[in-house]
Amino acid sequence: MSATARRVRPSRTAGETGGAKRPGRTRGAGLGLLAWVLGVLFFLPIAWMALTSFHSEADAATNPPSFAAALTLDGYRDFFGVGGGASPWPALINSAVASIASTLLVLILSFPAAYALSINRVRKWTDVLFFFLSTKMLPAVAGLLPIYLFAKNVGMLDNIWLLVILYTSMNLPIAVWMMQSFLAEVPVEVIEAARVDGARLPTVLTRVVAPIALPGIAATSLICFIFSWNELLFARVLTGVAAETAPVFLTGFITSQGLFLAKVCAASLVVSLPVLAAGFAAQDKLVQGLSLGAVK
Amino acid sequence: MTATTAAPVAASPAHNVKQPSARLRAWATRAPLLPALIFMIAVTQLPFVATLVISFFDWNALYPKAREFTGVDNYQQVLTDADLRHSVWTTILLTVAVVLVSLVLGLALALLLDRKFPGRGVVRTLLIAPFLVVPVAAALLWKHVLYNPEYGLLNGLLHYVGGPQPDWISNTPLLAVEASLVWQWTPFMMLILLAGLQSRDHQQMEAARVDGASNWQIFVYLTLPHLRRYLELGALLGSIYIVQNFDAVFTITSGGLGTANLPYTVYQSFYQAHENGLASAAGVLVVIGSLIIATFALRVVSSLFREEVSRA
Repeated sequence: MSATARRVRPSRTAGETGGAKRPGRTRGAGLGLLAWVLGVLFFLPIAWMALTSFHSEADAATNPPSFAAALTLDGYRDFFGVGGGASPWPALINSAVASIASTLLVLILSFPAAYALSINRVRKWTDVLFFFLSTKMLPAVAGLLPIYLFAKNVGMLDNIWLLVILYTSMNLPIAVWMMQSFLAEVPVEVIEAARVDGARLPTVLTRVVAPIALPGIAATSLICFIFSWNELLFARVLTGVAAETAPVFLTGFITSQGLFLAKVCAASLVVSLPVLAAGFAAQDKLVQGLSLGAVK
Repeated sequence: MTATTAAPVAASPAHNVKQPSARLRAWATRAPLLPALIFMIAVTQLPFVATLVISFFDWNALYPKAREFTGVDNYQQVLTDADLRHSVWTTILLTVAVVLVSLVLGLALALLLDRKFPGRGVVRTLLIAPFLVVPVAAALLWKHVLYNPEYGLLNGLLHYVGGPQPDWISNTPLLAVEASLVWQWTPFMMLILLAGLQSRDHQQMEAARVDGASNWQIFVYLTLPHLRRYLELGALLGSIYIVQNFDAVFTITSGGLGTANLPYTVYQSFYQAHENGLASAAGVLVVIGSLIIATFALRVVSSLFREEVSRA
């Protein structure tokens, strides 16, 4: 007993003197702890949302909150309309179609454009880049009315393909900026070599540039997907029953409907899942996309 | 390496001029760019021109026959209308408060995350998560799950300490909207500032430390000047997104209780009141406001961009 105690003691004093020598260490640990506390605090609403989504409606609406209530899938069953009520599937599918189709269209348009802005550069390429950026700074709401009137006249209201076109225009500037910064990193020698071998532009783009820039292209797609999936204003104004997207479906929860917290939480979580997944997958490139390529 | 990558790029325009088929070549170079460029002009610029034109007409969609040119009447009406003026003020308050608070919080978090500590990656992921909740879902979460006066989490936690049970949204509607937006936008600021911190010149900082500079001195004289443009970028991009915010206002207060900002007002004046002319004039005003911010934003982006290009 005493032997072990004696063996422990010296190491402990060594630790203490070490700490005294470097006062920064305890402060460093304190700051690390503070970072953890703040991280958990920021995440708390999401954790609480997830927990509440697995509670019964009665347990979800208690004050003080019931943390350890029994878990159930009723909130999810209710949201997916198992016991009657509107099914969210059409809205989720519409969102998926609008997001995926617009992202593909963005890639098709932005990839060659980025080539002309980073590898085989057009004259005044920086001006062109800044034109793309400036369109992003024009508030979407300013063009909403003419787009609505146009859609009404050509019969494209409540049509998911109208949203595909609008979301493409919303994301194209971001994609062009991100892509050009990724393509600028492709070594020119590789492209020159392919050219010398007689490869034409489409071949160069798909066979040489695309494989090298693949991680960047993937990150660009994920960010475009997120912005399309999140969009509410255009979807709210331009769609009705047929082309309603997931965020529009969520607006049905704005007014309280009695005990519905678990259902709201389940709905919010299900609709956010694709974005959370895409965001974590693109974590490292997220800041580059959000800052329109200005920050790496 | 830098010389070899830069040389062919710089040389290509010169080649184009010399050769006889120079114009053809220039068009071949431009061709990959054109679809994207034409698409953008058609989808984003034309509607805005239309908005500008409509803003000079007295046009209520419910009385389409009564449409007539009225010059700047709509603008006069927009600028003298008490509700609209209030919404301009609300937009400014909302944007400034959210941007400033999330910028300060984001800077604090970025400084904390710039240090090495156990589980740093996990904390970073936890902090990014609020930004990755669909905006409408986040607004619903705050409205029903956190703010609800009877069974929301905030009052639930206050219950434990015997605190009051306020009705958050009714008492402080604008603050309620702002808090939810700060929660979503702080991660955005943190990410940009963290990227800024990590691009600092570590040799220079090490040299300063060897010369006996304190942490505080390094922060004030080296870190902050370096971060200045990242702070500007965060503030400006944040402003551009938050000036346009619709989701939070629409969801949490439905524009009531004096929280209607300009985008919500534009939405309401044509979607519910069918006042096309007035809505367009308000839209043009939003654009002018954004352009002022955008001019500064473009300047900051272009200075960062030039630096990147010259560094590459």
